[in-house]
Parts: sequence; structure tokens; C-alpha cells
Amino acid sequence: MIDLHTKERTSGAPTNPFMPEQMRIVRRYDLTSDVHFFQVRPVDMERALSLDYKPGQFMMVSLAGVGEAPFSVSSTPSRPGMLEFCIRKVGRVTEQLFLRKENSIIGVRGPYGNGFPFEKMMGHDVLIVVGGLGAAPLRSLLLYVLDNRDKFKKFYLLHGAKTPDEMLFRKEFFEIKGRDDLECFLTVDKDPEGDWPFHKGLVTDLFTKVQGLDSDNTYATVCGPPTMYKYVIAEFIKLGIPKHQILMTLERRMHCGVGKCGHCAIGPIHTCLDGPVFSYWDVLHMKDLI
Amino acid sequence: MKALKLKKADLYTYLESLKSYGELWGPVAKGEKYVYAKLDNVHDVALEALRTILPPKKFFVPTRFNMFRYSKDSYTETFEDVRPRVLFGLHPCDIHGILILDELFLERFPDPYYRKRRETTAIIGLSCVPDDKCMSRSTNTHAIEEGFDLAFNELGNEYLVWIGSSLGDDLVRLNLDLFSEDIDTEDLQKYLAWRSDRDSRYKLNFDRTGMPDIMELSWDSPLWDELAERCLACGSCSMVCPTCPCYNVRDVSNLSLKSGVRERQWDSCMNKEYALVAGGHNFREARAERLKLWYTHKLKAFITEYGKPACVGCGRCIDNCPVNINVAEVVRALKGQEVKA
Repeated sequence: MIDLHTKERTSGAPTNPFMPEQMRIVRRYDLTSDVHFFQVRPVDMERALSLDYKPGQFMMVSLAGVGEAPFSVSSTPSRPGMLEFCIRKVGRVTEQLFLRKENSIIGVRGPYGNGFPFEKMMGHDVLIVVGGLGAAPLRSLLLYVLDNRDKFKKFYLLHGAKTPDEMLFRKEFFEIKGRDDLECFLTVDKDPEGDWPFHKGLVTDLFTKVQGLDSDNTYATVCGPPTMYKYVIAEFIKLGIPKHQILMTLERRMHCGVGKCGHCAIGPIHTCLDGPVFSYWDVLHMKDLI
Repeated sequence: MKALKLKKADLYTYLESLKSYGELWGPVAKGEKYVYAKLDNVHDVALEALRTILPPKKFFVPTRFNMFRYSKDSYTETFEDVRPRVLFGLHPCDIHGILILDELFLERFPDPYYRKRRETTAIIGLSCVPDDKCMSRSTNTHAIEEGFDLAFNELGNEYLVWIGSSLGDDLVRLNLDLFSEDIDTEDLQKYLAWRSDRDSRYKLNFDRTGMPDIMELSWDSPLWDELAERCLACGSCSMVCPTCPCYNVRDVSNLSLKSGVRERQWDSCMNKEYALVAGGHNFREARAERLKLWYTHKLKAFITEYGKPACVGCGRCIDNCPVNINVAEVVRALKGQEVKA
């Protein structure tokens, strides 16, 4: 039993996990008409440099008087001092966030969740499949792998967007495609302007380019619109990648991020504590997934 | 653990002494029911009260409270109603309910709002005899070995008083002259006889063996849709359940819009918006899905994680559900036994 009246419990009170930290929006720009990029850092610079998180973790972003919502971190801890978010205007908090200009102060707390098991992934081949806004959490992993490239073996990135205009981080992904230390393939479903230089079609078409992976020693991860998962996972299975090495992140309503408020429960698990990154093997057992 | 005896005739005097530690709260009558209320007059205490409308979780997680105040540039945490309190008259099932909340709120990412209220609140248990809605023997929560500072057990004209913590020892010392240390074989026999008589009075029993597996195998059972047809999604079960912890958070601004508070408020997974996310997708649109989540928490998830159900058998869901959906009924239905429609 926890003895509440002993000194160990009362002394050295832990910090309050529900108190947001003041952070400044230092840079923001449009990725598309309804998805914006926000770069933020703690007001205190010392603190900014000590920020630590894992790719795949999320933070709770607070706007006083409006509320709080969870967002994946899109930056990588291998480039310290900043947090980056890729946010779609979709609800109450994001509508207000889009009105905040550079230099305004917002509240942030976290990081929360398990994140990608990148330590286990080291020494393995990595295959990342991004669809649309799936870039938000996967950009963190992608940049992390690139920044620690020698720790990973073969590295494939497949990226799909609806149209060239709706592609997030277009310039950045074009640059990544030009690198010679990974295999990067980009596609769009439709090309209304007719100036898209790469493949046209679904992201699953790009699997024909994936060759020579050591499938038992590959970690594959996918994030994108719900309809995409079924087809992409089928391709992973076809490649022979073990189900417990196929990773995905889940979204749920969250009010706390620390396993208390109950909203993100899926059967016996809390998405905020046990996830948001789950393996396909985990997900197969989840009864009330969607 | 140490035990003492207190004459029943001295109870009110002792309750009065407890006020020097802090506010004294206990069960009092409200209409035909009981509630935990502040005992300004110790004679108001309803010693016969079996179950209060709300469980004692309201003392540690108030129905609504402020987490912090915000202004343009700052957040200031607040612990507005935290003060020394003594809760008298908690039955074993309710103390087990608190122990279950402790697992959630004090372990990973300890919740300072819960912790401060818990630390400043003394808990005094009181033995009870079950009615036809009590099922705490089936949930193995009919006796307590921890989770209290003092526990009063019926012993004829006296109470056997267990001291469960150093704070409990301090509380006894507030009026030590009232207590006796002479506990003899006769007292022991009386205590054993009382326990055995009490245990024999449980009319409502269920077998929780294999509940996680039964829940798993019944996931697609039409039973859930049948229950959902009856369920009003009113959320009463969550409000009265000693182990339901869910809450919502919202910001309430002052009229100037320059400052305000972030508050926490009880929520229930029976509410339709419970799993609604921005953009409009609802992960638990169907009432059956929400009912399943409630029962998964009680009968599967908590057992998987902590080896015991998140049901303490208090009978409040039986007492409060307007359409007779409760743990006993659902367990019966899951096992394919006859249920009351």
C-alpha cells in the first residue's frame, strides 16, 4: 500500500504534469491551405536545449481560454532546441491556433506516449510509408533515421499525397529524394496541373520499387488516412515483414495524456500511455479499433 | 496492526474529538437515501447508512474543480478546497474503491490534485452488514487490511478499532482515555462470530472466475445490443461507481476574456461525445460500444492489469440504474443465465 503519510511521499513533490509550459511560436508557415507548420521553443533557452523526446511521441498544446489537444511532434530530437508541429485546422483548438502569429506564447506539456522503438529498430532495415497528414508523426522518425543513418541498414521512404498542391513538406521531401543514402519514392493520386515529375498513382504502386529488404530484420511503419492502412499492411505482409515489426500510430480523444481521464482507452490499454505507436500484432487484438 | 476497543456510548464524544484534526464528514440521511456530508452535529451521523448516493471518490476527485488559473502570461496551479478532513463511516467496499483509484492516480504520472486531497484526508472505516444489493463478497472487497487510518468494527456494545497508519495512531491519541487495550479471547470469539455471521448474509453473489476471457469471447455477442436498447446512456452508473475516474477538461474564461480557470469535471463513457475527436469522427458512436467499454474497465481491463476487478461490489449501480443494467445482471447475462428484463 502507498503510505500517504510518510515523508517520502510528501517531500520532493513531483512537478504537476497538468501544467503547461510557456512556449513561443518562433516560425510558422502554410504547408497547404489547411495544414500549417509551427516551430515552437520554450521561452527559456536553457530549457529549450534540454528538451528531450522520442519520434512518435506527442505533446498537449494549450491555448488558455480555448483548451488543449494532443499533437504528434514532427521534429526530431536529433536537432535539439525546437519542437515542430504539422497541424491541420480541424477543431476548436486548431482554429484558434491558426490565428496565433509568430512570437505569440502558447502552452505545451509533454512529451507523452511510447514513441517509436528506435533503439530496437537500429541495425535493421527501415521502410516508412507516408500518406498525406501521416507526415506529421513520421517526419520525426524519418529525420531521426537520416540524422543517425549509420545506425540503420537499408532505408526506404514511400510517400503519397492526393495532389502536388496537397503534399506537405514538398521542398523538404524533394531534397530528401535527391540524397543517395536512402531510396525515396514519391507519388500523387492526381496531377491536375500536369507538372508532377514523379510517379502518379496510389502509394501502394510504389511497393514494386522496394527490393532487397531483409524482411525478418525490417521495421515497417505507416501513417496516413484510415483507408490506406488495409492496403499498405497487406503489402508489408507480402514482403514478409513480421507483424510485430509493422508499426502504426493511433489517434484518440485525450484530455490528460497521462492515463487518467479515460477517453483514449481501447479495451485494457490507454493510447496515451501504451501508445500511440502500436504494432500490427497489437492492433489485431484490439476489439474496438475504429 | 494494532487494535483497541471503544465503547459505543463514547462514539459521539470521540467523533467530536476528531474535529481537532480537521473537518469531520460522514454519512447522513437525505430523504430515503444517504450522502456523505459535513458533520457539524456529530449526532447527525447515520450509523445505519449502507450506501451513500455518491461514493467517497468525490472527496479526492471533486465533481468539478479548478486545476489552474490562467492569465495572459501565466498559469498558476490551485488547490482550492484542500484542507484537513476526517471521513468517518466508510465501508470496506468504499475503501477498496479508494485503493483502486490510488493505483490510477498515484502511480505513473502522480496526479497532484488527487494526492494533496488524499494526503490531507483521514479515513475511518466502519463495518457493515450486507443487504440484497451488496456483492462485495464476490469481489473480495468485504474486508479491509489497508487503505484506512482507523477501522471500526462492530463488537457488541463496543467497537474493535484497528489502527491502520501512523496518522490513525495520532487520531486515537486525540482522546486516548476513551480507548481500552484489553482485548481478550472473548472479544476475539465475538469478532470471529460477527464476521462469520456477516459473511453468511450475502444474498447476491456472482462468480468472477475467468471474467476477462468471458468478456473477450462475448465481444460480438448480441447481448450488448440488447443491453444498449435498454440503456438510456444517462451516465448514472459512472457517477455513482467508486472506481469510475473519467473526466473532461475545459477552460472557463472570465468576462474580460483575459483570465480564467481550467477545470476538471466528471465525465462518463456513456456520454455520446466521449470518444469524439476533432474533425467529427466518433470512435464510440454506438451505445453498445460505450457500454462495452464500461464493463471492459470493470471486468476485464483492471483484472488484466492489477489482478482484481474494478468493481468493489458496493451495489450502487444496482441501486441507481433506471433500467436495471448493473454488474450483477451483466455478469449473469454474459454467463448465459437468466436476467431481469
